Amino acid sequence: MKKQLIALLFALLPVTALAAGGASVPHSMDPDLRDQASLQNGMKLFVNYCMGCHSLEHQRFARAAEDLGIPQDLVEENLIFSSDLAFNDQMHIAMDSGDAETWFGAAPPDLTLIDRLRGSDYIYSYLLTFYRDPTQPLGVNNMVLEASAMPNVLEPLQGVQEMVCSETDQPVAGQSPDPLSGKYQSCDVLKVTQAGAMEPAEFEEAIYDLTNFLAYVGEPSKLHAQTLAPKVLIFIFIFGVIAYLLKREYWRDVH
Amino acid sequence: MGNPDKAKAESGIMRWVDDRFPATQMMQDHLTKYYAPKNFNFFYLFGVLALLMLINQILTGVWLTMSYNPSAEGAFASVEYIMRDVEWGWLIRYMHTTGASAFFLVIYLHMFRGLMYGSYKAPRELVWIFGMTIYLMLMAEAFMGYLLPWGQMSYWGAQVIISLFSAIPGIGPDLAQWVRGDFLISGITLNRFFALHVVALPIVILALVVLHIIALHEVGSNNPDGIDIKQKKDETGKPLDGIAFHPYYTVKDLVGIAIFLFVFCVVVFYFPEGGGYFIEKPNFEPANPLVTPNHIAPVWYFTPFYAILRAITFSLFGLDAKFLGVLFMGGAIAVLFVLPWLDRSPVRSMRYKGWMSKVMLLLFCISFVILGILGVLPSTEGRTILAQVCTVIYFAFFVLMPFYTKLEKTKPVPERVTG
Repeated sequence: MKKQLIALLFALLPVTALAAGGASVPHSMDPDLRDQASLQNGMKLFVNYCMGCHSLEHQRFARAAEDLGIPQDLVEENLIFSSDLAFNDQMHIAMDSGDAETWFGAAPPDLTLIDRLRGSDYIYSYLLTFYRDPTQPLGVNNMVLEASAMPNVLEPLQGVQEMVCSETDQPVAGQSPDPLSGKYQSCDVLKVTQAGAMEPAEFEEAIYDLTNFLAYVGEPSKLHAQTLAPKVLIFIFIFGVIAYLLKREYWRDVH
Repeated sequence: MGNPDKAKAESGIMRWVDDRFPATQMMQDHLTKYYAPKNFNFFYLFGVLALLMLINQILTGVWLTMSYNPSAEGAFASVEYIMRDVEWGWLIRYMHTTGASAFFLVIYLHMFRGLMYGSYKAPRELVWIFGMTIYLMLMAEAFMGYLLPWGQMSYWGAQVIISLFSAIPGIGPDLAQWVRGDFLISGITLNRFFALHVVALPIVILALVVLHIIALHEVGSNNPDGIDIKQKKDETGKPLDGIAFHPYYTVKDLVGIAIFLFVFCVVVFYFPEGGGYFIEKPNFEPANPLVTPNHIAPVWYFTPFYAILRAITFSLFGLDAKFLGVLFMGGAIAVLFVLPWLDRSPVRSMRYKGWMSKVMLLLFCISFVILGILGVLPSTEGRTILAQVCTVIYFAFFVLMPFYTKLEKTKPVPERVTG
C-alpha cells in the first residue's frame, strides 16, 4: 500500500507546477500589501490616471482609506472627484460603457479583480511596455497585449518609448550571446527616446505602486487573513496536542 | 411506560425522554455500544472527515445564502459583496470553496480505503451503494454550486457539461434545453441550480448519509484485515477485537480532525485559490455568453471523468464519438455501483489477496490520477492516446475483476485482527 501512496504523491506533483503557468511576460513584481506608502501612492496614481475610464465597481473608497491608512478628509478632498460619489461609495466612473465602446472600440474593463484574473506580473509588464507604433489607430502598441485599444495615458510620466534594435540582456530565441559582453542583439528592445516627467527607475517604482494597489484591490481581506492565520493555526495545534494526550489516556487499556 | 425492551436511564429527565423516545438506546446502538474493530488505521479517518466537511458546507452555505443574490445580473457582484462588505464573508466563502475540494479529496481517499480493504463486499453491499449514491449526488451538488458565482468558468463549464445531454440521440437537444430552462445558460438556469444546490440536493445527501450510517451500524465496520470481529465474542457478547466507538474512536478521530483542520486552514488562509484549482482564474471575470474562454477545464475533482469523455474520439456501432464519450463517462461511475458483485475473492482485504489484485488496484489508481491530470490540460494527440490507455486500464480493473479475483491464490486470513 505504501507504494501506491508514494506513486499517488509523485503523480500529483507535476500538477502543482502547471497551475502557475500562463503566458510569460517580460517583467515581474511581488506585491507587498504591508507597504502602505506604496499602496497609497498606487491609489493616488489610479485615481488620477486610470479612473477616468476604469472603475473599481466592488471597491469602496472608505474600505481603501481604512486599509491603506488614509484619513477620510484627505480622501474626500483629493481622491473623490465626482460630486455624485460619497466616501462610502464604490469607486464608480462617470463614463458610460456604451460611449466608451464607440470611442475606443471596446469598453475599458472594470479593474477590481484584474489582479486575480491576470496576475500582478501581467499588469506590471503591461503598464511598462507601451511603445510608439504609427500603424495603430492611437499611435501606440503594447508588448504584452498586442494591438491594445488603450491609449498610453502614462506617456507624460514615462516619456516616449520606442521599439529599437539594440543589445539586450534578455535571451533571444535562436541566437547565442555575444562572447564578450554576454548580450544579445534584438530589434524588440524598448527604449525611452524622449524623457518624460519621471526617470525610468522612478517610473518603474510608480508602476510598482500602481500594480501593488491593484493587487490589494483584488483581495482586500488578504492581509487580514494572513495576520489571523497564525493565531488560528496555533489554536488548532494546541487543540491537537490535547486531543492526542486524551486519546493516549483513553487507549491505555486497548491491547 | 414505553417499550420495555429498550435500554433506559434509571431516573430523571433522561428516563422521561427514554419513555417517549429511544435516546439512550440510540446512543448505545451508535456510540457507546457500537463496537468497532480496534485495528483501524489512518485510512479509517476519512469517513468522519467527510462528515465534518458536510457540516462545514452546510453551515458556511447557509451563511453564504444570506448574502448571495441568485440572478444573472446580481450573482457575480454579490459574491464580491460577500468577499468585501460582509463581516467575515471572505472566510465563510473560502471555507466553502476550499471545503468543496477538501470534501472530494476525503471522499476519494474514503473510497480508496473501501477498495483496498474490500469494504464493499458482503454483507456491506448496501453501505457501498448508499455511499456511491452520496458520491453521485455530491457531484451534482458541486457541479450546480460551481455555476452560482457566475464567473466565466462557471458559465462555460456548465455549458460544456449540459451540452453533453444533447449528445443523446433523439431526445438530446430537447433534454438539454429542458435542463437549462432556456436556449442557452441564463438567469433561469442559475435560479434552478441555486434551488437544487441549496435545498433539494442537500436534503437528499443528508438522507443518504443517514442511510449509509444506519446500514454500516447494522452490519458493523470492516477493518484492514477484512475479517468479521463478531465471530469471536466474550461472555457478555462484546466482540473480542471490538472497542466502543465512543469514547475510543471519538477521541482518536479528534486527533485526526485537528491534523486535517490544520492543513485545511493553511489552505483557507494562505492559498484559497488552491493554485488555480479550487478557484479557477477565469472565474474572476463575470460570465459572458459572447466570449468563450480559450481553455475550459472542470474543477479538479471532475477531471478524471472529463478526460475519459475526451478520450473517446471515435465512432462505434453507429454511435457518434460524443455520445459514446458520454456513455463511457457515465459507465465509469456506474460500474462502481456493481463492484460488490464483481469481486469474487474469498477474502476482503488487499492484505490477503493475491498479486493480481494488488497490481490491478495500483494500475487503477495510477490511471485515475493520470486521467485527472490530463483532464485539466488542453488535449493533444499524445495526451489523447495516453487518456485512451488509462481509460482501458480504468475499465479493465472492473471488467477483469471477476476473473483475477477468482484465479489468484489468496493468503490465509488470521482468526483475530493483527493490529
